Amino acid sequence: MSNATATAKKKGGFLAGTANYLDERVGVAGILKEFGRKVFPDHWSFMLGEVALYSFLVLLLSGTFLTFWFQPSMVPVIYEGSYAPLKGAEMSIAYASTLDISFEIRGGLLFRQVHHWSALLFVAAAGLHMLRVFFTGAFRKPREINWVVGFVLFVLGMAGGFTGYSLPDDLLSGNGLRIIDGMIKGIPYIGAYTSSLLFGGEFPGEAIVARLYSLHIMIVPALILVFVAVHLFMVVIHKHTHYAGPGKRDDNVVGYPLMPVYVAKAGGFFFIVFGVIMLIAATFTINPIWAYGAYDPSPVSAGTQPDWYIGWLDGALRLAPTHLEFMIGDFTLSMNILIPLVVGVLFLVVVALYPFIEAWVTGDKREHHVLDRPRNTPVRTGIGAAGVTFYAVLWAGASTDLIATHFQVSLNHVLTSMQILLIVGPIAAYMITKRACLSLMRKDREIALHGRETGRVVRLPHGEYIEVHEPMDEYELYKLVGYKAYQPMLARPNAKGVITLRSRIRAVLSRFYFEDRVVPPTKGEIEAAHDHGKELH
Amino acid sequence: MSDKSKSLAKAEDAEHDYSAGLAVIAPDAVKDPGMEPHRVRMTDKSEAHEKRAARQVAALFLFSIVSSAFALYAYFAFPIVEGSNASLRDNTLLLGLGAALGMLAIGIGAVHWAKTLMPDAEVSEARHQTRGSEETRARAIEIIDLANKESGFSRRKLIRRSLYGALAFFPLPGLIVFADLGPNPGDSLRHTMWKKGTRLTRDPDGKPIKASDVTIGSVFHVIPEGLAELEHHKLEEKAKAAVLLVRVDPSILKESAERKDWSYDGIVAYSKICTHVGCPVALYEQQTHHLLCPCHQSTFDLTDACKVLFGPASRPLPQLPIAVDAEGYLVAQDDFNEPVGPSFWERSVNE
Repeated sequence: MSNATATAKKKGGFLAGTANYLDERVGVAGILKEFGRKVFPDHWSFMLGEVALYSFLVLLLSGTFLTFWFQPSMVPVIYEGSYAPLKGAEMSIAYASTLDISFEIRGGLLFRQVHHWSALLFVAAAGLHMLRVFFTGAFRKPREINWVVGFVLFVLGMAGGFTGYSLPDDLLSGNGLRIIDGMIKGIPYIGAYTSSLLFGGEFPGEAIVARLYSLHIMIVPALILVFVAVHLFMVVIHKHTHYAGPGKRDDNVVGYPLMPVYVAKAGGFFFIVFGVIMLIAATFTINPIWAYGAYDPSPVSAGTQPDWYIGWLDGALRLAPTHLEFMIGDFTLSMNILIPLVVGVLFLVVVALYPFIEAWVTGDKREHHVLDRPRNTPVRTGIGAAGVTFYAVLWAGASTDLIATHFQVSLNHVLTSMQILLIVGPIAAYMITKRACLSLMRKDREIALHGRETGRVVRLPHGEYIEVHEPMDEYELYKLVGYKAYQPMLARPNAKGVITLRSRIRAVLSRFYFEDRVVPPTKGEIEAAHDHGKELH
Repeated sequence: MSDKSKSLAKAEDAEHDYSAGLAVIAPDAVKDPGMEPHRVRMTDKSEAHEKRAARQVAALFLFSIVSSAFALYAYFAFPIVEGSNASLRDNTLLLGLGAALGMLAIGIGAVHWAKTLMPDAEVSEARHQTRGSEETRARAIEIIDLANKESGFSRRKLIRRSLYGALAFFPLPGLIVFADLGPNPGDSLRHTMWKKGTRLTRDPDGKPIKASDVTIGSVFHVIPEGLAELEHHKLEEKAKAAVLLVRVDPSILKESAERKDWSYDGIVAYSKICTHVGCPVALYEQQTHHLLCPCHQSTFDLTDACKVLFGPASRPLPQLPIAVDAEGYLVAQDDFNEPVGPSFWERSVNE
C-alpha cells in the first residue's frame, strides 16, 4: 500500500501524468487557471436556463437512439407488427416504424416518451427562463444581443418540436400538417405554390416526412447547438448577473466558484433533470400514436390538440372572427389566416426588440449586472404581465372546445369571451400589475423609513398608544432601497432649437414608463424618519 | 519595462463614463453595506453532522448503483410479449424507474455534497466593462486601418463593387435548385376524382351506397368509386374528394334555384374538407343539422347550403351535385364547381 503510494508520488501519478500530457498539447492549465474558479451567482431562478440546456442534451441523446429505428418514409405498407388492433391496416413506413419502436424494441416506448417529454420541457424551461430574464431586467446592456440569441433559441425550440411532432405520420400530427398546409395556402400570391414546394406536390404527398426529418435531426439541432454555444459564450464574456442585495454591485460578481461547487451543483443538476424526465416518461404516457391510427385525410378525432408550445398559434387561428375573407378582383385574400399569422409574428418581433426599446427610452448607457426586483420596475413588469396574458389567452384559445365540454358551457360563448379577453386581458393585467408593483414599492419605502411593524403596542407616559417599529439592519435595509429610479424627461429643443419628433416620442414613452414612480428613500430621509420616531418615545 | 506596465494598468483602470440617461443619481443614497456576514452551517461546526452528511452522499451514490443495476435486470426480466399491453407497461415502467432513480440519486447526491460539505461562503470577483480599454480599441482600429491600406479595400472601388456584385449573385444557383421541391400546382387544386356518374362509396371500404340505404338522420363518410383501389396518390385524391352525405327531411332544406336538383330526396353531399385550413369537417349534429370542424370549430349549416354560422371559416362547404343511377345507387352529377378545401389566392380565377 505505502509502496504503491510512494511510486505514484515519485512518478507524479497517473492523473498528474495525464494533466501534464494535456497541458503540453492543449494548454489545459491555462484554461483551468482562467475558468476553474470563475464565480457564479446562486439563485433558483438561474436554473431555468440550465433545465432548458439539459433537456436539450436529453433530446440529443434520446433522439439519436430513436433514429436507429425510425424510417422517415411515407411509402404505404401493410402493418404486420405486434400491435393487434392495427394488424393488416395500410399505413406509411414512418408510422409503422414508430409503432415498431413502441411495441417491439425494449425501452423503445420509454425513449420515445423521454424524447417527447423533454421536448415539452425544453420549450417550457426556455420560455420560463426568458420570463425570468425579462422580469429582472437581465436583458439590459450589455446583454441585449444575448436576449435576441435566446429568443432565436426559443423559436428554434418550437420549430424543432413541430418538425418532430409530425414525423410519426399519425392521424393527429397529420391533421397538424393539414393546418400548416391550409395556412400556407392562405398566404397571398405565393400560397398554393409554396405549399406545393413544401409537400412536393399536392397535400399530403410522399415527401413531407423525409423533409421534416432532415430539418428535425440535422438543421434545427445544428442551429440550436450553434446558438447555445453563442449564448453561453456571451454568458462567459459578461459573467452572470446577480440579484440585488448587499455586496452585489455592477462591478463585481458574487457567488460560488465553478470548481468544485458549481461542477457538483450543475453537474448534479443535469442528472436530476434527466432523472425527472426519465421518471415522467416511465410513468406517464405521451402521444399514444397507436390510439390515433395512421394519417388519413378523412377522419379526425374530436378535441384535437397540438403540443403545448404550438397552442398559442392554433388559438390565434381559432379566435379569428367569421367572414374575414375578402376578394380583390378575382383574387382571394384570406384575412382569417393572415391576421393570426401577422399577430403572431408581430408579438414575436416585439419580444425580440423589447430590450432596444427600453434602452432607448431610458437613455441609460451604463452596464447593468445587478438584477432588478420586478416590483421596482412597475411598467416593465406590467408590460410583461400583459404579454404573458396575451400569450395565455391565445394559448387557452386552442382549447375552446375542451373548455366548453368540460365546464358544460356554450362553445360560442367561450370563443366570444376569449376574443374579448384577448383585448381586455392584457390591458387589465398591465394596470393591475403596475399598481401592485407601485404599492409594494410604497410598502418597502414605508418599512425602510419606519422599520418593521412588531405588533407590540405600548402606552406612553402621557397616555398615547403607539406601535413599536423595529428598525431594520443595514443589509435588510439595502435590499429594500438599493435600486435606482428613473424620471421622465421633457422634450427639449436640440442645438438648432427644434423639438424633433424623435424627442417628442421619447418624452411620451418616458412619461409612460416613469411618470408613476416611487423613489427609494435617501439616507437623510431615513435618519429624519428615525429621529421623528425617537421623539415619540 | 516598469513604465509600460504602469501605463497599461492605468488604461485598464480608466473606466469609460457612460451616460446614466434618465436615471436619478441621489447624492445621499443609502450606501451598500457590503456582503452579509457568512452564516455557519451545522456541518461546519459539528463533526457528527458532517459525517452524517458524508454518509448520506455516499448512500445516495450506492443507491444509484443499485437502481441502474435494477434497470439492467428489468430489461431482461420484463421483456415485451406480443399482444400483452401489461408487458409493455412493465418494461417501460421498470426500466425507466431504474434508470430514473439511478440518475436522480447521482444528482441529489452531488447537490447534497455541494450544499453540505463544500464551502458555502460566497466570494466576490471583480467584473470589468465589456468594452475594451482605450488602448485595445486604438489598436483594433489601427489593425483595421492597416488591413484597409494594405488591401486597398476603400481605395479600389472597382474591386470592391464587383466583389459585392459577385457575392450577391453566387447564392442564386444554390437557391434555384430548390425550385424542384414541388411542381407548380397548376389547376390540380381545382379538380377532384368526382366526375359525372361516379358512384358515391363508403369510406374506407369503397362499397357503393344506395339511396334507399340512407335513412333520415344518418351520416355517411363518402369517397368516390375507385379511390380505395388507387395505387398512387390515394391520400392526395382523398384529401380533396372526401364527402359527407346526410339525409334530412326535404322540407327543411333551403335550396337556391340553381341547386334545386343537386340533392336527391333530402340527401345532400358536401365536401368534408374545411374551407378554413382543411381539417375534415367530421362532426354532424343531428338535432340542429350543423356540421362542426373539430380543429377550429367552424360550424356550417347543412340545411342552408353549408353556410358558415360560427368560427374562423369564411366560405360555405362546396356541394357535390348528386343523382341516382338506374340501379338505385347514388352518383355524382359532376365534379365540384369550385376548388375544395382551404382558400388560396387564385382560387376564384377562371382559367
